[in-house]
Amino acid sequence: MTDSTPHGYHSTAAEGPAIGQDEWVARHADAVVLPGILGVAERRLRRLPWWVWLVLFLAAFSIFPVVESSGYVRLVAFDTVLYMLLALGLNVVVGWGGLLDLGYVVFYGFGAYAYALLDSPHYGIHLTTIASVPLIVVMGAVVGLLLGLPSWRLTGDYLAIVTLFALQLFQTITTNWQHVTGGPFGILNVDPFDLPGGHQLAVQHGGIFAVSYLYVALAFFAVVFVALRMVNNSRTGRAWRSLREDPLAAEAMGMPVNWLKLMSFSFGAAVAAFTGTLFAAQSANVFPLSFYFVALITIYTMVILGGSGNQAGVVLGALIIGPLLEALRSADKSRYLFFITLVLGLLFAWRRSRALGVVAVATLGFGFAVHAIAGAIHSDWVAGEHTGGFAGFVDHWVVAPAHLARWLSPVSYVGVIVAALVLTLLRGRVRLVLLVPTLYLAAFVWENVMLSKPDAARYIVLGVILIVLMILRPSGLLGERRVEIV
Amino acid sequence: MDTFIQLTIDAVTLGSVYALIALGYTLVYGVLKLLNFAHGDVFMVGTFIGYGVLQELGGSSSPKLSVWLIIPIITLAAMGGCALLGITIERFAYRPLRDAPRIAPLISALGVSFFLENSMQLLFGATPRNYNAFNFGNGYLYLKGFQIHGVTVPLLRIVTVVSAFVLMVALWFLVNKTRTGKAMRATSFDREAAAMMGIDIDRVIVFTFVLGSALAGAAGVIFALRVPTTVNIGFVIGLKGFIAAVIGGIGSIPGAMAGGLLLGFAESYVQGYISTQWSDLYVFSGLILLMIFRHQGLLGRPDIRKV
Repeated sequence: MTDSTPHGYHSTAAEGPAIGQDEWVARHADAVVLPGILGVAERRLRRLPWWVWLVLFLAAFSIFPVVESSGYVRLVAFDTVLYMLLALGLNVVVGWGGLLDLGYVVFYGFGAYAYALLDSPHYGIHLTTIASVPLIVVMGAVVGLLLGLPSWRLTGDYLAIVTLFALQLFQTITTNWQHVTGGPFGILNVDPFDLPGGHQLAVQHGGIFAVSYLYVALAFFAVVFVALRMVNNSRTGRAWRSLREDPLAAEAMGMPVNWLKLMSFSFGAAVAAFTGTLFAAQSANVFPLSFYFVALITIYTMVILGGSGNQAGVVLGALIIGPLLEALRSADKSRYLFFITLVLGLLFAWRRSRALGVVAVATLGFGFAVHAIAGAIHSDWVAGEHTGGFAGFVDHWVVAPAHLARWLSPVSYVGVIVAALVLTLLRGRVRLVLLVPTLYLAAFVWENVMLSKPDAARYIVLGVILIVLMILRPSGLLGERRVEIV
Repeated sequence: MDTFIQLTIDAVTLGSVYALIALGYTLVYGVLKLLNFAHGDVFMVGTFIGYGVLQELGGSSSPKLSVWLIIPIITLAAMGGCALLGITIERFAYRPLRDAPRIAPLISALGVSFFLENSMQLLFGATPRNYNAFNFGNGYLYLKGFQIHGVTVPLLRIVTVVSAFVLMVALWFLVNKTRTGKAMRATSFDREAAAMMGIDIDRVIVFTFVLGSALAGAAGVIFALRVPTTVNIGFVIGLKGFIAAVIGGIGSIPGAMAGGLLLGFAESYVQGYISTQWSDLYVFSGLILLMIFRHQGLLGRPDIRKV
C-alpha cells in the first residue's frame, strides 16, 4: 500500500516508450493500488470476470430505450452501436495485427452496398435477410483477403499507402459506376431486415426510429464481441500479437506470418461488412460519401482514444466519440460541452495546485472585464444572440458582436491556435498568466466562430483529439502501454 | 494530332504541379521516414493564400500592379505562408513523436490533415475560389503564346511550367551543391550517424519542411491559376502528388520529378483517349499493382532489412 509515489498514481502519460524494459516489468510497475476502501472495491471489481461486465453493459444499453423515449436519442444510440462494431473490427487489424489499414471503410461500404444491391428495388432482388447477411459477411471476408494480399509484400507505410489507394478506388467506383451503384445519388429504398416468416422489421414506428433495430444491433455487437474475444484468446490471437510486436521474430519462430496478416484483414473486413448491412437496412439509402475519409478518421479516433488492442477500450472510444460528434451538431449542447471540457481540463491539469483556482477566477474576471469594456465602447459589440439559462450567463461573459467583421473570425481562430501552441512551449508563471486570455479567446472563438458551423467544428475537434492523443497518450484510455524492446 | 498536342500540353502542366507536390512528400520522407499526409492540405492552404493576396491586390479584373509582378508576388506569398505552416506542423505535431513507434506520427499526420481541411472549411466555407486568370489583361495570358501545328500554347501554361521547372532546378542545386543540402542528404542516409558528425538534425528537418511546404505553396498557385480551388481538393490532389512520389520511388528527388510528369502524362492521355470518368480507376489500380511488384518505385533504392 505504501508506495514510493505520494499520491498513489504514477503519471504514465507523456513518457513515451520505455526503452529496454520488459513489458511485464512495465505493467507490474503500473499496478499501483488505491488506498483504503477504494482499493478494496477496485480489487473486487477487477476480479469480476469479463462477461459480467459485458452483461452489465448490454443490460444498461437495453434498458436505455425504456428510459429514453425520444426517437432521435435512440437513433444516436443505434449509430453508436454501429460505431462500436466498426471499432471492434478495426481493432482486429490495427490493434491486434498491428497493420495500418487505411482502407478499412471500404469493407463497411462493401457490406452496405452489397446489402443494398441484394435487397432493394434497384435490381428487384429481395433476398431474405437470413440468406443475404451471412452471404455478405462471407463475401466481405473474401474482399478482405483480396485487399490484404498486398500485405504479403508490403509492410508499414507501404501497406498504409496501398490501402489508402483502395479507399480512393472504392470511392471512384461507387461514384462513377452509375448503373450499378447509382453514382452520387446512391441506392434508395433499401429493404429493412425481415424475419424468417416474411415479416419485415419496420425501420420506423409512427415516424420515429423503431427501437427493434437498436436491439438487433446490440445482439450483433454481443456476438461479435464474444467471437472476437475468443479468437484473440486462441492460438491465432497470440500469433497476431507476436506479429504485431515483431513480424521478423514471429517469422523466424515459424509463424505463418502472411496467413496471419490475411486472417486479421478478413476478420476485420467481415465485421465491417456485417455492420454495413445493418447500416443499409436501417438507413434505407446508401451514398458513396458515407464511406470515405471522414468515416475512416472517425473510426480511427475511436480506436486510438479507447486504446487500440483493447476490446473494452475501443468500445469505450466509440461510446465517447459517437455521442460527442452528435452533440456537437447542436449549438446548445456544444456550448455546454465546451465549458464542461474547459472546467474538467483545468481540474485535470492542476489536480494538486492552487494555481487552478487562481486561473479560473482570473478567467472569469477577465471575461467580465472585457465584456464591460467592449459594451462600453459600442453596444453592438455585445449585441449577439441572447438565450436564457446557462447560455444567458455565457452571453454576459463572452463578447458576441452583432455583426462579425469578415477578418475577425480567421484572425481570432488562428490567434487561439497560435496562443495554444505557444502555451505548450512556455513553463511556469508566464504560462499561467497567458492561459487566462487564451481561455477567454477560445471561448470567444467557440461562441462566435465554431458554433455557427457545427459540421466543420465537430471534425476540427476530432482532428485535435487525434493529434493531442498521439502526443500525450498514444496508448489511449485503456490501452496497454507499449514497450519498445531494443 | 491536335488532340495529342493539346493533351501533351495539359500533361506537362498537370505533371509539373504533381512533381512539385511529390517533391514535398519525398523530401520529408527522405529525412524523417514519415508519410506526411497533411502535405496535400498545405497545398490547399497555399491556393487560398494566393487567392487572398490576389484579391488584396485588386483581383484579376482590376489589378493594382502589372501581371508580371502580381503572379510572382502571390506565388511568393503562398510559398512563405505554406513554409510557416509547415514549420508549425513539424514543430507541434511531429517533433514530439520523433522517437515514438512509426504508426504514431502517421496517425498524427492524418489528424493534421483533417484539422486543416475542416479549419479552412470553417473559416472560408465550401464555395470554390476562382483566380479568374483569364481576366488578366482581357485574356492576355490565354490568347497569347506560340503555335505548334496550329495549336496555341497559351502564355499561362508556359509561365507555369517554366516556373515549376525553375523551382525544381533550384531545389536540385540546393540539395546537391550546398552545405545544407549535404546535411540533408546525410540526415536522410542515416540520421543518427549524421547527428554524431555534428549535423544539427532539428535544423535540417525544419529546413526540409520549409522547402517541401514552400514547393507545395508554389504548386498551389500554379494549380489554382487554371482550376478553381475549394477547401477539399487537398485530399485528392495530395494523394496524386503522393502517388507521383511513390511512382518515382519515395525518398528520391529525381524520382519525384519524373513520377510527377509520368503521372501527368498518364492521367492526361487516359482522360483524353479512354475515359475521363474512369481515369482515377486506371491510375489507382495501376498504382496498387506497381506497389505490389516494385514497391520501391522506379528510381528508388530497395530497402534492406537489417536485423
